Amino acid sequence: MRFNWQKVFVPLIAMALLLLFWEWLVWYKGWRSFQMAAPSQLWPAYQRHEALFWQYGWQTLWRTMAGLAISVVVGTLLGMIMGLSRIMNDALYPILVGFNAIPKATVVPVIALMFIGQHDFNTVLMAFLISFFPIAVSVAIGLSTLEPEYRDILRSLGASRFTVFWKIALPKTLPEFFGALKVAATLAFIGTNLVEIITPHGRGLGHLFQSAQTNSDFPLMFAVLIALAILGIFLYYVVVMLERIFAGWAERQPG
Amino acid sequence: MGNLIEIKGVTHAYKTKAGPFPVLDNLNISVPEGSFCAVVGPSGCGKSTLTRLIAGLMFPDQGEVWLHGERVRSPRKTVGMAFQNPVLLEWRSILKNVILPLEIVAPAMPRAGKEERARELLAMVGLEGFEDKRPSELSGGMRQRASLCRALVHKPDVIILDEPFGALDAFTREDLWQTMHELRVKEPVTAVLITHDLRESVYLGDQVVVLSGRPATTQHVMQIDLPGPRPLEMLYAPESVERLSVLRQQIRIAQGRTETERGA
Ligand SMILES: Nc1ncnc2c1ncn2[C@@H]1O[C@H](COP(=O)(O)OP(=O)(O)OP(=O)(O)O)[C@@H](O)[C@H]1O
Ligand SMILES: [Mg+2]
Repeated sequence: MRFNWQKVFVPLIAMALLLLFWEWLVWYKGWRSFQMAAPSQLWPAYQRHEALFWQYGWQTLWRTMAGLAISVVVGTLLGMIMGLSRIMNDALYPILVGFNAIPKATVVPVIALMFIGQHDFNTVLMAFLISFFPIAVSVAIGLSTLEPEYRDILRSLGASRFTVFWKIALPKTLPEFFGALKVAATLAFIGTNLVEIITPHGRGLGHLFQSAQTNSDFPLMFAVLIALAILGIFLYYVVVMLERIFAGWAERQPG
Repeated sequence: MGNLIEIKGVTHAYKTKAGPFPVLDNLNISVPEGSFCAVVGPSGCGKSTLTRLIAGLMFPDQGEVWLHGERVRSPRKTVGMAFQNPVLLEWRSILKNVILPLEIVAPAMPRAGKEERARELLAMVGLEGFEDKRPSELSGGMRQRASLCRALVHKPDVIILDEPFGALDAFTREDLWQTMHELRVKEPVTAVLITHDLRESVYLGDQVVVLSGRPATTQHVMQIDLPGPRPLEMLYAPESVERLSVLRQQIRIAQGRTETERGA
């Protein structure tokens, strides 16, 4: 494969221009660091709190991943139940839609009250609660829309429902599953940060952001935002990598 | 040689919200061992329902389905199925797709043995060299060939083919008809072939059963006692043309239209 210079340099130049404009704007307006941060202040802000960034970044990351892992297990199970049984689908679907409609920011104080001081637990719980819905729905739809012929080639040989599920239905839903997992990963990340920001005396990058905000420390706030963006991108590409491994067959060959 | 498939007085209705929906009505079909039974009938008359009853995926309200002298009460490992849609699994290679039934029927069989059997069949249908390709890399006709291999890989004694050539263009279809005759020589098997193509029924069938409109009953049975494998030219021979015109007439009756009504 030829190295594509255009693909690398065009975005880099665009990014550099954006940063230059931002730097210029802050300089031109004469904003101080309690009003707005310039890009050149971000690296020093990071260096001042380098240890905290790594410690809190790791906390945010593992809680998000733990919540997401629980989402995958619970969401897949729920999706299986709804996808394989009409009655359970009719019973669970409205509940799930209703639950999903609740703005999650309102759930944070409820959870915080219910499990006072269990910060790790609350954060993981929130990441899970906010992210399992797309997974459940995609698995349910994938299973319930399986063409009957796919089932019949194995059922006619006396294969059990589980075998049909394991050999055909599950792999066939993997592309939809990973589509949903990308959304779920982003949502779980939001969930983690919500709890970290809203609950007092928290931990994680959300908490660092919160304390920067209290001090009107704009350089630190923006440095945290960028750290969050990097973490988010990292998470997203972990999912993309898993997708390549497990559902790479669904990708159309170019040309 | 007795009858391998016996369908005796089968009556079936789907249960719908609007009440029972009769689909099959006192259907009788006998298929001798090693013979091909082509089934034709108007669209929606219950042909696919019949295949599901033979495969033991469903059970008739009345009447009995017998395979090999045993009443069908559940799916059996000795049945192979192929449909209009080849339903190959996109995440498996062609070879692994063909192996699939063996994983259910003969899980203890060594991997090499399974692969050898699949390769042998793929070679028979002209898919040598495509074993490692994905289904999406094959043409429609090739996919259907692979689907036939999958239906045969576990040496079933009955294959149930539900319009397997229905979605193919005319030339590919004729190629596959010939392949089917070649396969029969090497893999003797009893078959029920659902089709909506009368020429196909005459070319491939040892008997043709015409079903009436829904609820379907056995309206007409025609024996095609011509030896196989049959050359394609046979389709244009007088004995075929004669049979085709009888069948065409029977289909018209099945559709509820008579010759006189059509007029000049
Ligand atoms: N699960 C079901 N529940 C209710 N009605 C059904 C069901 N499956 C099929 N039917 C109806 O039963 C009738 C026969 O269906 P079937 O699929 O057996 O017909 P067919 O002869 O195979 O049709 P085609 O020629 O289109 O393949 C159709 O009118 C169909 O609408
Ligand atoms: Mg049909």
